[in-house]
Amino acid sequence: MSSFENILVGNGITKRFGGMTAVSNVSFDLRKGEILGLIGPNGAGKTTLFNCVSGFLKADEGTFTFEGKVINRFNPDKICHLGLGRTFQAAKNFPDMSMRENVRMGALFGQRDMTYAEAERLTDETIAFVGLEKYAGVAVPDMPLAMQKRIEVARALATKPKVIMLDEMMAGLNPAEVSEAMDLVRKVRDSGITVLMIEHVMKAIMSICDRIIVLHHGELIAEGPPQEIANNPHVIEVYLGGEV
Amino acid sequence: MELVKKVFWETKAAKIQALAILAAFVFMMFIPSFSGAYPPLFLAWVMTYCTLSISWTFFSGKTGYISLATAAFYGLGMYLQAVIGREFPLGVTILLAALLAFGVGFGIGLITLRLRGIYFTIFTFGLALFLNRFFHWYEGVFTRTKGRFVKTFDNDMVFYAVLIVFIVTLVAILLMNKSRFGLSLTCIGQNEDSAQHIGVNTTLTKVLAFAISAAPAGAVGAAMISTVGYVDPDLAFRMLASFFPVLMAIFGGMFSTYGPIVGAVIFYVLQDYLLRTTNLYMVIFGTVMVVVVLVLPKGIFGLIDSMIAKKQRGYSGEVIGDV
Repeated sequence: MSSFENILVGNGITKRFGGMTAVSNVSFDLRKGEILGLIGPNGAGKTTLFNCVSGFLKADEGTFTFEGKVINRFNPDKICHLGLGRTFQAAKNFPDMSMRENVRMGALFGQRDMTYAEAERLTDETIAFVGLEKYAGVAVPDMPLAMQKRIEVARALATKPKVIMLDEMMAGLNPAEVSEAMDLVRKVRDSGITVLMIEHVMKAIMSICDRIIVLHHGELIAEGPPQEIANNPHVIEVYLGGEV
Repeated sequence: MELVKKVFWETKAAKIQALAILAAFVFMMFIPSFSGAYPPLFLAWVMTYCTLSISWTFFSGKTGYISLATAAFYGLGMYLQAVIGREFPLGVTILLAALLAFGVGFGIGLITLRLRGIYFTIFTFGLALFLNRFFHWYEGVFTRTKGRFVKTFDNDMVFYAVLIVFIVTLVAILLMNKSRFGLSLTCIGQNEDSAQHIGVNTTLTKVLAFAISAAPAGAVGAAMISTVGYVDPDLAFRMLASFFPVLMAIFGGMFSTYGPIVGAVIFYVLQDYLLRTTNLYMVIFGTVMVVVVLVLPKGIFGLIDSMIAKKQRGYSGEVIGDV
Protein backbone atom coordinates (compact mmCIF):
# COMPACT_ATOMS: atom_id res chain seq x y z
CA MET A 1 0.00 0.00 0.00
CA SER A 2 2.25 2.79 1.13
CA SER A 3 5.93 2.85 0.53
CA PHE A 4 8.20 1.57 3.25
CA GLU A 5 9.34 4.85 4.69
CA ASN A 6 6.03 6.72 4.61
CA ILE A 7 4.66 6.16 8.09
CA LEU A 8 1.57 8.33 7.57
CA VAL A 9 -0.04 9.16 4.25
CA GLY A 10 -3.02 11.46 3.70
CA ASN A 11 -4.75 11.02 0.39
CA GLY A 12 -7.33 13.51 -0.96
CA ILE A 13 -8.52 14.63 2.47
CA THR A 14 -11.58 16.88 2.46
CA LYS A 15 -13.44 18.18 5.49
CA ARG A 16 -16.47 20.44 5.30
CA PHE A 17 -18.31 22.26 8.05
CA GLY A 18 -21.72 22.95 6.58
CA GLY A 19 -21.04 24.96 3.45
CA MET A 20 -17.48 25.82 4.42
CA THR A 21 -14.71 23.58 3.16
CA ALA A 22 -12.04 23.70 5.84
CA VAL A 23 -9.70 21.19 4.22
CA SER A 24 -9.92 20.55 0.52
CA ASN A 25 -8.41 17.57 -1.27
CA VAL A 26 -5.14 17.59 0.68
CA SER A 27 -2.60 14.86 0.12
CA PHE A 28 0.65 14.57 2.03
CA ASP A 29 3.07 12.00 3.29
CA LEU A 30 5.05 11.82 6.49
CA ARG A 31 8.37 10.03 6.23
CA LYS A 32 9.65 7.94 9.05
CA GLY A 33 12.09 9.82 11.29
CA GLU A 34 11.55 13.30 9.90
CA ILE A 35 10.18 16.54 11.30
CA LEU A 36 7.46 17.77 8.98
CA GLY A 37 6.19 21.31 9.48
CA LEU A 38 2.62 22.28 8.65
CA ILE A 39 2.21 26.01 8.17
CA GLY A 40 -0.37 28.41 6.81
CA PRO A 41 -2.22 31.58 7.78
CA ASN A 42 -4.89 31.51 10.50
CA GLY A 43 -7.94 29.62 9.33
CA ALA A 44 -6.01 27.68 6.70
CA GLY A 45 -7.28 24.37 8.07
CA LYS A 46 -4.15 23.14 9.84
CA THR A 47 -5.80 22.19 13.10
CA THR A 48 -8.77 20.70 11.23
CA LEU A 49 -6.36 18.48 9.33
CA PHE A 50 -4.76 17.47 12.64
CA ASN A 51 -8.15 16.71 14.11
CA CYS A 52 -8.97 14.50 11.15
CA VAL A 53 -5.75 12.54 11.53
CA SER A 54 -6.21 12.01 15.27
CA GLY A 55 -9.81 10.86 14.81
CA PHE A 56 -11.23 13.82 16.70
CA LEU A 57 -13.08 14.72 13.50
CA LYS A 58 -13.92 12.38 10.65
CA ALA A 59 -12.76 13.44 7.19
CA ASP A 60 -15.60 13.62 4.64
CA GLU A 61 -13.44 12.34 1.83
CA GLY A 62 -10.03 10.78 1.42
CA THR A 63 -8.04 8.30 3.45
CA PHE A 64 -5.32 8.36 6.07
CA THR A 65 -2.97 5.41 5.98
CA PHE A 66 -0.85 4.82 9.06
CA GLU A 67 1.79 2.12 8.65
CA GLY A 68 -0.16 0.64 5.77
CA LYS A 69 -3.45 0.63 7.69
CA VAL A 70 -6.40 2.86 6.81
CA ILE A 71 -7.37 4.69 10.00
CA ASN A 72 -10.11 7.09 8.85
CA ARG A 73 -12.98 5.58 10.79
CA PHE A 74 -11.14 4.93 14.03
CA ASN A 75 -11.84 6.86 17.22
CA PRO A 76 -9.03 8.84 18.90
CA ASP A 77 -8.41 6.19 21.56
CA LYS A 78 -7.83 3.52 18.95
CA ILE A 79 -5.60 5.82 16.90
CA CYS A 80 -3.62 6.58 20.04
CA HIS A 81 -3.17 2.86 20.69
CA LEU A 82 -1.88 2.42 17.13
CA GLY A 83 0.91 4.85 17.92
CA LEU A 84 -0.23 8.32 16.90
CA GLY A 85 0.02 10.87 19.72
CA ARG A 86 -0.98 14.52 19.64
CA THR A 87 -1.09 17.72 21.66
CA PHE A 88 -3.64 20.52 21.52
CA GLN A 89 -3.19 24.13 20.55
CA ALA A 90 -4.54 25.33 23.90
CA ALA A 91 -3.05 22.93 26.44
CA LYS A 92 -5.70 20.46 27.58
CA ASN A 93 -4.20 19.16 30.79
CA PHE A 94 -6.04 17.58 33.70
CA PRO A 95 -6.17 20.64 35.96
CA ASP A 96 -6.80 18.95 39.31
CA MET A 97 -4.07 16.37 38.91
CA SER A 98 -0.42 16.87 39.71
CA MET A 99 2.05 17.18 36.84
CA ARG A 100 3.19 13.61 37.45
CA GLU A 101 -0.36 12.27 37.46
CA ASN A 102 -0.98 14.01 34.15
CA VAL A 103 1.91 12.17 32.59
CA ARG A 104 1.07 8.90 34.35
CA MET A 105 -2.41 8.89 32.80
CA GLY A 106 -0.79 8.90 29.38
CA ALA A 107 1.47 6.02 30.36
CA LEU A 108 -1.38 4.05 31.91
CA PHE A 109 -3.91 4.36 29.10
CA GLY A 110 -1.71 4.92 26.07
CA GLN A 111 -0.90 1.29 25.47
CA ARG A 112 -2.93 -1.84 25.95
CA ASP A 113 -1.89 -4.27 28.70
CA MET A 114 0.11 -1.67 30.61
CA THR A 115 0.88 -2.71 34.17
CA TYR A 116 0.91 -0.18 37.01
CA ALA A 117 4.58 -0.79 37.74
CA GLU A 118 5.54 -0.37 34.10
CA ALA A 119 3.45 2.81 33.89
CA GLU A 120 5.25 4.26 36.92
CA ARG A 121 8.61 3.56 35.33
CA LEU A 122 7.53 5.03 31.99
CA THR A 123 6.18 8.12 33.76
CA ASP A 124 9.47 8.87 35.49
CA GLU A 125 11.39 8.19 32.32
CA THR A 126 9.19 10.54 30.27
CA ILE A 127 9.30 13.32 32.87
CA ALA A 128 13.08 13.12 32.90
CA PHE A 129 13.14 13.09 29.10
CA VAL A 130 11.20 16.36 28.76
CA GLY A 131 12.94 17.89 31.80
CA LEU A 132 9.98 18.53 34.08
CA GLU A 133 11.38 16.89 37.24
CA LYS A 134 11.48 20.04 39.31
CA TYR A 135 7.76 20.71 38.75
CA ALA A 136 6.59 17.41 40.26
CA GLY A 137 4.80 19.03 43.19
CA VAL A 138 3.40 22.16 41.52
CA ALA A 139 -0.29 22.42 40.66
CA VAL A 140 -0.65 22.34 36.90
CA PRO A 141 -2.71 25.55 36.45
CA ASP A 142 0.00 27.49 38.34
CA MET A 143 2.76 26.45 35.99
CA PRO A 144 4.13 28.72 33.23
CA LEU A 145 2.53 28.27 29.80
CA ALA A 146 5.69 26.75 28.35
CA MET A 147 5.67 24.10 31.06
CA GLN A 148 1.95 23.40 30.63
CA LYS A 149 2.57 22.77 26.96
CA ARG A 150 5.46 20.57 27.89
CA ILE A 151 3.17 18.47 30.10
CA GLU A 152 0.99 17.93 27.04
CA VAL A 153 4.00 16.73 25.11
CA ALA A 154 5.05 14.51 28.00
CA ARG A 155 1.58 12.96 28.28
CA ALA A 156 1.53 12.27 24.57
CA LEU A 157 5.06 10.83 24.70
CA ALA A 158 4.08 8.59 27.61
CA THR A 159 1.62 6.83 25.30
CA LYS A 160 4.73 5.64 23.40
CA PRO A 161 3.75 7.00 19.99
CA LYS A 162 5.53 6.33 16.72
CA VAL A 163 4.32 9.66 15.40
CA ILE A 164 3.68 12.74 17.51
CA MET A 165 1.64 15.67 16.23
CA LEU A 166 2.39 18.97 17.94
CA ASP A 167 -0.18 21.74 17.52
CA GLU A 168 1.46 25.15 18.02
CA MET A 169 3.65 24.08 20.83
CA MET A 170 5.65 27.31 20.69
CA ALA A 171 2.86 29.87 20.40
CA GLY A 172 3.02 32.38 23.25
CA LEU A 173 6.46 31.37 24.44
CA ASN A 174 9.34 33.80 24.93
CA PRO A 175 12.49 33.41 22.79
CA ALA A 176 14.37 31.42 25.43
CA GLU A 177 11.43 29.05 25.84
CA VAL A 178 11.10 28.70 22.07
CA SER A 179 14.68 27.59 21.76
CA GLU A 180 14.18 25.07 24.60
CA ALA A 181 11.07 23.78 22.85
CA MET A 182 13.06 23.43 19.63
CA ASP A 183 15.66 21.38 21.46
CA LEU A 184 12.91 19.18 22.83
CA VAL A 185 11.41 18.58 19.37
CA ARG A 186 14.83 17.60 18.03
CA LYS A 187 15.37 15.32 21.02
CA VAL A 188 12.00 13.65 20.37
CA ARG A 189 12.91 13.08 16.75
CA ASP A 190 16.33 11.73 17.71
CA SER A 191 14.66 9.23 20.02
CA GLY A 192 13.06 7.71 16.94
CA ILE A 193 9.65 9.39 16.92
CA THR A 194 8.44 11.01 13.72
CA VAL A 195 7.17 14.57 14.24
CA LEU A 196 4.39 16.45 12.47
CA MET A 197 4.09 19.99 13.80
CA ILE A 198 1.92 23.02 13.23
CA GLU A 199 3.85 26.16 13.99
CA HIS A 200 3.71 29.89 13.47
CA VAL A 201 7.12 30.69 14.87
CA MET A 202 9.09 30.95 11.63
CA LYS A 203 12.52 30.81 13.19
CA ALA A 204 11.65 27.48 14.75
CA ILE A 205 9.97 25.98 11.74
CA MET A 206 12.73 26.98 9.34
CA SER A 207 15.54 25.65 11.48
CA ILE A 208 14.19 22.34 12.74
CA CYS A 209 11.93 21.00 10.00
CA ASP A 210 13.22 18.63 7.37
CA ARG A 211 10.29 19.46 5.12
CA ILE A 212 7.36 21.85 5.23
CA ILE A 213 3.88 21.69 3.77
CA VAL A 214 1.79 24.84 3.38
CA LEU A 215 -1.98 25.11 3.62
CA HIS A 216 -3.98 28.08 2.42
CA HIS A 217 -7.78 28.21 2.48
CA GLY A 218 -7.79 24.47 3.07
CA GLU A 219 -5.66 23.69 0.04
CA LEU A 220 -2.12 22.42 -0.08
CA ILE A 221 -0.16 25.07 -1.98
CA ALA A 222 3.44 24.05 -1.47
CA GLU A 223 5.65 21.29 -0.21
CA GLY A 224 9.40 21.08 0.15
CA PRO A 225 12.49 21.77 2.23
CA PRO A 226 12.47 24.96 4.37
CA GLN A 227 14.71 27.01 2.06
CA GLU A 228 12.54 26.24 -0.94
CA ILE A 229 9.37 27.15 0.98
CA ALA A 230 10.92 30.39 2.23
CA ASN A 231 11.68 31.40 -1.35
CA ASN A 232 8.45 30.15 -2.89
CA PRO A 233 6.73 33.28 -4.32
CA HIS A 234 3.24 31.86 -3.80
CA VAL A 235 3.93 31.08 -0.14
CA ILE A 236 5.45 34.50 0.42
CA GLU A 237 2.41 36.10 -1.12
CA VAL A 238 -0.28 34.27 0.89
CA TYR A 239 1.51 33.57 4.11
CA LEU A 240 4.25 36.03 4.70
CA GLY A 241 2.33 38.83 3.03
CA GLY A 242 5.25 39.72 0.80
CA GLU A 243 7.18 41.31 3.65
CA VAL A 244 10.16 39.01 3.55
CA MET B 1 -6.35 -8.81 44.01
CA GLU B 2 -3.57 -6.31 43.54
CA LEU B 3 -6.24 -3.64 43.73
CA VAL B 4 -7.76 -4.97 46.95
CA LYS B 5 -4.31 -4.90 48.50
CA LYS B 6 -3.73 -1.33 47.34
CA VAL B 7 -7.03 0.01 48.67
CA PHE B 8 -7.32 -1.96 51.89
CA TRP B 9 -3.85 -3.12 52.88
CA GLU B 10 -0.74 -1.43 51.52
CA THR B 11 -0.61 1.81 53.50
CA LYS B 12 -1.54 2.62 57.06
CA ALA B 13 -4.49 4.72 55.88
CA ALA B 14 -5.69 1.81 53.74
CA LYS B 15 -5.60 -0.54 56.72
CA ILE B 16 -7.47 1.95 58.89
CA GLN B 17 -10.06 2.32 56.16
CA ALA B 18 -10.53 -1.46 55.87
CA LEU B 19 -10.79 -1.88 59.64
CA ALA B 20 -13.23 1.01 59.98
CA ILE B 21 -15.55 -0.38 57.30
CA LEU B 22 -15.37 -3.86 58.80
CA ALA B 23 -15.99 -2.56 62.33
CA ALA B 24 -18.92 -0.43 61.19
CA PHE B 25 -20.38 -3.39 59.33
CA VAL B 26 -20.07 -5.77 62.29
CA PHE B 27 -21.45 -3.17 64.70
CA MET B 28 -24.41 -2.47 62.42
CA MET B 29 -25.13 -6.19 62.16
CA PHE B 30 -25.82 -6.26 65.90
CA ILE B 31 -27.94 -3.12 66.10
CA PRO B 32 -31.34 -4.82 65.64
CA SER B 33 -30.56 -7.21 68.50
CA PHE B 34 -30.38 -4.49 71.15
CA SER B 35 -32.27 -1.55 69.65
CA GLY B 36 -35.99 -1.11 69.49
CA ALA B 37 -38.06 -1.48 66.35
CA TYR B 38 -37.51 2.03 64.99
CA PRO B 39 -33.70 2.45 64.79
CA PRO B 40 -33.18 -0.26 62.14
CA LEU B 41 -35.78 1.34 59.87
CA PHE B 42 -34.33 4.78 60.49
CA LEU B 43 -30.83 3.53 59.72
CA ALA B 44 -32.05 1.70 56.63
CA TRP B 45 -33.31 5.01 55.27
CA VAL B 46 -30.05 6.72 56.16
CA MET B 47 -28.09 4.02 54.35
CA THR B 48 -30.46 4.21 51.39
CA TYR B 49 -29.66 7.88 50.97
CA CYS B 50 -25.96 7.17 51.49
CA THR B 51 -26.10 4.54 48.74
CA LEU B 52 -27.95 6.82 46.33
CA SER B 53 -25.52 9.62 47.08
CA ILE B 54 -22.24 7.71 46.72
CA SER B 55 -23.34 5.95 43.55
CA TRP B 56 -24.47 9.26 42.04
CA THR B 57 -21.12 10.81 42.97
CA PHE B 58 -19.22 7.90 41.45
CA PHE B 59 -20.47 8.84 38.00
CA SER B 60 -21.52 12.48 38.12
CA GLY B 61 -18.98 13.72 40.64
CA LYS B 62 -16.12 12.28 38.65
CA THR B 63 -17.19 12.99 35.10
CA GLY B 64 -19.08 16.25 35.62
CA TYR B 65 -22.07 14.84 33.75
CA ILE B 66 -24.82 15.79 36.19
CA SER B 67 -27.40 13.01 36.14
CA LEU B 68 -30.92 13.56 37.41
CA ALA B 69 -31.98 10.01 36.60
CA THR B 70 -31.61 8.63 40.13
CA ALA B 71 -35.38 8.71 40.66
CA ALA B 72 -35.88 6.65 37.51
CA PHE B 73 -33.62 3.79 38.65
CA TYR B 74 -34.79 4.01 42.26
CA GLY B 75 -38.42 3.84 41.11
CA LEU B 76 -37.81 0.97 38.71
CA GLY B 77 -36.41 -1.01 41.63
CA MET B 78 -39.57 -0.27 43.61
CA TYR B 79 -41.85 -1.37 40.82
CA LEU B 80 -39.87 -4.53 40.22
CA GLN B 81 -40.33 -5.42 43.88
CA ALA B 82 -44.06 -4.72 43.57
CA VAL B 83 -44.40 -6.96 40.52
CA ILE B 84 -42.18 -9.95 41.34
CA GLY B 85 -41.60 -9.51 45.09
CA ARG B 86 -44.11 -12.22 46.01
CA GLU B 87 -42.41 -14.88 43.94
CA PHE B 88 -38.82 -14.42 45.04
CA PRO B 89 -36.90 -13.96 48.28
CA LEU B 90 -35.93 -10.35 49.04
CA GLY B 91 -32.28 -10.92 48.17
CA VAL B 92 -33.09 -12.19 44.70
CA THR B 93 -35.45 -9.31 43.93
CA ILE B 94 -32.83 -6.83 45.06
CA LEU B 95 -30.26 -8.44 42.80
CA LEU B 96 -32.68 -8.43 39.86
CA ALA B 97 -33.55 -4.79 40.56
CA ALA B 98 -29.87 -3.92 40.43
CA LEU B 99 -29.55 -5.76 37.12
CA LEU B 100 -32.64 -4.04 35.72
CA ALA B 101 -31.30 -0.61 36.69
CA PHE B 102 -27.92 -1.52 35.23
CA GLY B 103 -29.52 -2.61 31.94
CA VAL B 104 -31.74 0.45 31.65
CA GLY B 105 -28.80 2.65 32.64
CA PHE B 106 -26.67 1.07 29.95
CA GLY B 107 -29.33 1.63 27.29
CA ILE B 108 -29.96 5.21 28.37
CA GLY B 109 -26.23 5.79 28.50
CA LEU B 110 -25.78 4.61 24.94
CA ILE B 111 -28.41 7.06 23.73
CA THR B 112 -27.54 10.06 25.87
CA LEU B 113 -23.87 10.09 26.62
CA ARG B 114 -23.14 11.62 23.27
CA LEU B 115 -24.84 14.63 24.77
CA ARG B 116 -22.65 16.93 26.75
CA GLY B 117 -23.27 19.29 29.63
CA ILE B 118 -26.75 20.56 30.32
CA TYR B 119 -28.37 18.49 27.56
CA PHE B 120 -27.45 15.29 29.32
CA THR B 121 -28.89 16.65 32.57
CA ILE B 122 -32.16 17.64 30.90
CA PHE B 123 -32.52 14.24 29.26
CA THR B 124 -31.97 12.36 32.50
CA PHE B 125 -34.41 14.70 34.24
CA GLY B 126 -36.94 13.85 31.55
CA LEU B 127 -36.37 10.13 31.99
CA ALA B 128 -37.86 10.07 35.51
CA LEU B 129 -40.76 12.27 34.38
CA PHE B 130 -41.34 10.00 31.41
CA LEU B 131 -41.40 6.85 33.55
CA ASN B 132 -43.82 8.53 35.94
CA ARG B 133 -46.20 9.34 33.05
CA PHE B 134 -45.63 5.97 31.43
CA PHE B 135 -46.62 4.03 34.56
CA HIS B 136 -49.65 6.28 35.04
CA TRP B 137 -50.70 5.54 31.50
CA TYR B 138 -50.02 1.82 31.79
CA GLU B 139 -51.94 1.50 35.03
CA GLY B 140 -54.77 3.64 33.73
CA VAL B 141 -55.17 1.71 30.50
CA PHE B 142 -54.14 -1.86 31.28
CA THR B 143 -54.28 -2.71 34.96
CA ARG B 144 -56.95 -0.09 35.77
CA THR B 145 -55.45 0.53 39.18
CA LYS B 146 -53.64 3.33 40.88
CA GLY B 147 -50.52 1.87 42.37
CA ARG B 148 -49.88 -1.62 43.67
CA PHE B 149 -49.51 -3.32 46.97
CA VAL B 150 -46.03 -4.51 47.76
CA LYS B 151 -45.18 -7.54 49.84
CA THR B 152 -43.80 -6.26 53.13
CA PHE B 153 -40.81 -7.67 54.86
CA ASP B 154 -39.70 -7.40 58.43
CA ASN B 155 -37.88 -4.09 59.12
CA ASP B 156 -34.85 -5.90 60.47
CA MET B 157 -34.56 -7.96 57.32
CA VAL B 158 -34.77 -4.88 55.12
CA PHE B 159 -32.18 -3.25 57.35
CA TYR B 160 -29.77 -6.15 56.78
CA ALA B 161 -30.47 -6.11 53.04
CA VAL B 162 -29.82 -2.37 52.73
CA LEU B 163 -26.74 -2.67 54.95
CA ILE B 164 -25.30 -5.27 52.60
CA VAL B 165 -26.18 -3.25 49.49
CA PHE B 166 -24.59 -0.17 51.03
CA ILE B 167 -21.38 -1.92 52.10
CA VAL B 168 -21.04 -3.71 48.75
CA THR B 169 -21.57 -0.42 46.90
CA LEU B 170 -19.09 1.40 49.12
CA VAL B 171 -16.38 -1.24 48.79
CA ALA B 172 -16.95 -1.53 45.04
CA ILE B 173 -16.67 2.24 44.60
CA LEU B 174 -13.53 2.46 46.76
CA LEU B 175 -11.97 -0.26 44.63
CA MET B 176 -13.11 1.24 41.33
CA ASN B 177 -11.83 4.67 42.34
CA LYS B 178 -8.29 3.35 42.42
CA SER B 179 -8.70 1.14 39.38
CA ARG B 180 -7.87 1.98 35.81
CA PHE B 181 -11.59 2.36 35.19
CA GLY B 182 -12.02 4.94 37.96
CA LEU B 183 -8.93 6.85 36.84
CA SER B 184 -10.22 6.97 33.27
CA LEU B 185 -13.49 8.44 34.59
CA THR B 186 -11.52 11.10 36.45
CA CYS B 187 -9.60 11.88 33.25
CA ILE B 188 -12.91 12.30 31.40
CA GLY B 189 -14.13 14.72 34.03
CA GLN B 190 -10.89 16.67 33.92
CA ASN B 191 -10.70 16.94 30.16
CA GLU B 192 -12.64 14.61 27.94
CA ASP B 193 -10.75 15.43 24.72
CA SER B 194 -7.40 14.79 26.32
CA ALA B 195 -8.66 11.56 27.87
CA GLN B 196 -9.74 10.31 24.49
CA HIS B 197 -6.43 11.20 22.89
CA ILE B 198 -4.36 9.30 25.45
CA GLY B 199 -6.28 6.13 24.67
CA VAL B 200 -9.34 6.17 26.93
CA ASN B 201 -12.41 4.73 25.24
CA THR B 202 -14.56 7.55 26.57
CA THR B 203 -17.95 6.39 25.28
CA LEU B 204 -17.67 2.88 26.68
CA THR B 205 -16.26 4.15 29.97
CA LYS B 206 -19.04 6.69 30.44
CA VAL B 207 -21.85 4.29 29.52
CA LEU B 208 -20.51 1.55 31.74
CA ALA B 209 -19.99 3.91 34.68
CA PHE B 210 -23.47 5.36 34.29
CA ALA B 211 -24.98 1.86 34.29
CA ILE B 212 -22.90 0.85 37.31
CA SER B 213 -23.99 3.93 39.22
CA ALA B 214 -27.64 3.10 38.41
CA ALA B 215 -27.55 -0.41 39.86
CA PRO B 216 -27.40 0.44 43.60
CA ALA B 217 -30.33 2.85 43.19
CA GLY B 218 -32.46 0.02 41.79
CA ALA B 219 -31.35 -2.27 44.61
CA VAL B 220 -32.22 0.08 47.47
CA GLY B 221 -35.50 1.00 45.76
CA ALA B 222 -36.52 -2.64 45.74
CA ALA B 223 -35.52 -3.06 49.39
CA MET B 224 -37.07 0.07 50.85
CA ILE B 225 -40.44 -0.09 49.17
CA SER B 226 -41.12 -3.32 51.03
CA THR B 227 -41.19 -1.33 54.27
CA VAL B 228 -43.87 0.92 52.80
CA GLY B 229 -46.15 -1.80 51.43
CA TYR B 230 -47.51 0.23 48.57
CA VAL B 231 -46.17 1.91 45.46
CA ASP B 232 -47.61 4.19 42.81
CA PRO B 233 -45.97 6.15 40.00
CA ASP B 234 -45.87 9.40 41.97
CA LEU B 235 -44.22 7.73 44.91
CA ALA B 236 -41.73 5.74 42.83
CA PHE B 237 -40.72 8.40 40.32
CA ARG B 238 -40.70 11.58 42.36
CA MET B 239 -38.20 14.12 41.21
CA LEU B 240 -37.00 14.85 44.74
CA ALA B 241 -35.28 11.47 44.71
CA SER B 242 -33.18 12.73 41.81
CA PHE B 243 -32.25 15.96 43.55
CA PHE B 244 -31.51 14.56 47.00
CA PRO B 245 -28.32 12.69 46.01
CA VAL B 246 -27.02 15.79 44.26
CA LEU B 247 -27.75 18.03 47.23
CA MET B 248 -26.28 15.52 49.68
CA ALA B 249 -23.12 15.22 47.64
CA ILE B 250 -22.72 19.00 47.45
CA PHE B 251 -23.55 19.26 51.13
CA GLY B 252 -21.01 16.67 52.20
CA GLY B 253 -18.35 17.30 49.57
CA MET B 254 -18.02 15.57 46.25
CA PHE B 255 -14.32 15.01 45.82
CA SER B 256 -14.15 12.16 48.31
CA THR B 257 -16.23 9.00 48.62
CA TYR B 258 -16.92 9.78 52.26
CA GLY B 259 -18.18 13.31 51.59
CA PRO B 260 -21.54 12.19 50.19
CA ILE B 261 -21.93 9.78 53.13
CA VAL B 262 -21.37 12.57 55.65
CA GLY B 263 -23.75 14.72 53.60
CA ALA B 264 -26.43 12.04 53.41
CA VAL B 265 -26.31 11.27 57.14
CA ILE B 266 -26.56 14.91 58.22
CA PHE B 267 -29.13 15.60 55.53
CA TYR B 268 -31.40 12.72 56.52
CA VAL B 269 -31.10 13.27 60.27
CA LEU B 270 -31.81 16.98 59.80
CA GLN B 271 -34.76 16.22 57.56
CA ASP B 272 -36.15 13.67 59.98
CA TYR B 273 -35.80 16.04 62.92
CA LEU B 274 -37.23 19.07 61.14
CA LEU B 275 -40.17 17.14 59.73
CA ARG B 276 -41.09 15.88 63.17
CA THR B 277 -40.70 19.19 65.00
CA THR B 278 -41.61 22.07 62.72
CA ASN B 279 -43.56 23.09 59.68
CA LEU B 280 -40.65 25.13 58.46
CA TYR B 281 -38.70 22.14 57.15
CA MET B 282 -38.21 23.45 53.62
CA VAL B 283 -37.38 26.97 54.78
CA ILE B 284 -34.74 25.91 57.28
CA PHE B 285 -33.38 23.28 54.99
CA GLY B 286 -33.08 25.66 52.06
CA THR B 287 -31.26 28.19 54.22
CA VAL B 288 -28.78 25.60 55.45
CA MET B 289 -28.18 24.48 51.88
CA VAL B 290 -27.51 28.02 50.63
CA VAL B 291 -25.12 28.70 53.51
CA VAL B 292 -23.22 25.47 52.84
CA VAL B 293 -22.83 26.20 49.15
CA LEU B 294 -21.69 29.78 49.82
CA VAL B 295 -19.37 29.15 52.73
CA LEU B 296 -18.14 25.63 52.06
CA PRO B 297 -17.81 25.07 48.33
CA LYS B 298 -16.16 21.73 49.00
CA GLY B 299 -18.82 20.65 51.46
CA ILE B 300 -18.55 19.65 55.07
CA PHE B 301 -16.10 16.87 54.37
CA GLY B 302 -13.98 19.30 52.38
CA LEU B 303 -13.73 21.54 55.45
CA ILE B 304 -12.62 18.66 57.68
CA ASP B 305 -10.17 17.45 55.07
CA SER B 306 -8.53 20.81 54.47
CA MET B 307 -8.20 21.30 58.24
CA ILE B 308 -6.37 17.99 58.49
CA ALA B 309 -4.29 18.81 55.43
CA LYS B 310 -3.32 22.17 56.88
CA LYS B 311 -2.10 20.51 60.03
CA GLN B 312 -0.18 17.79 58.21
CA ARG B 313 1.28 19.54 55.22
CA GLY B 314 1.25 23.14 56.27
CA TYR B 315 -1.05 24.16 53.44
CA SER B 316 -4.56 23.33 52.38
CA GLY B 317 -5.35 22.11 48.95
CA GLU B 318 -5.34 18.61 47.70
CA VAL B 319 -4.25 16.89 44.56
CA ILE B 320 -6.52 14.13 43.40
CA GLY B 321 -5.34 10.92 41.89
CA ASP B 322 -2.44 9.67 43.89
CA VAL B 323 -3.52 10.59 47.39
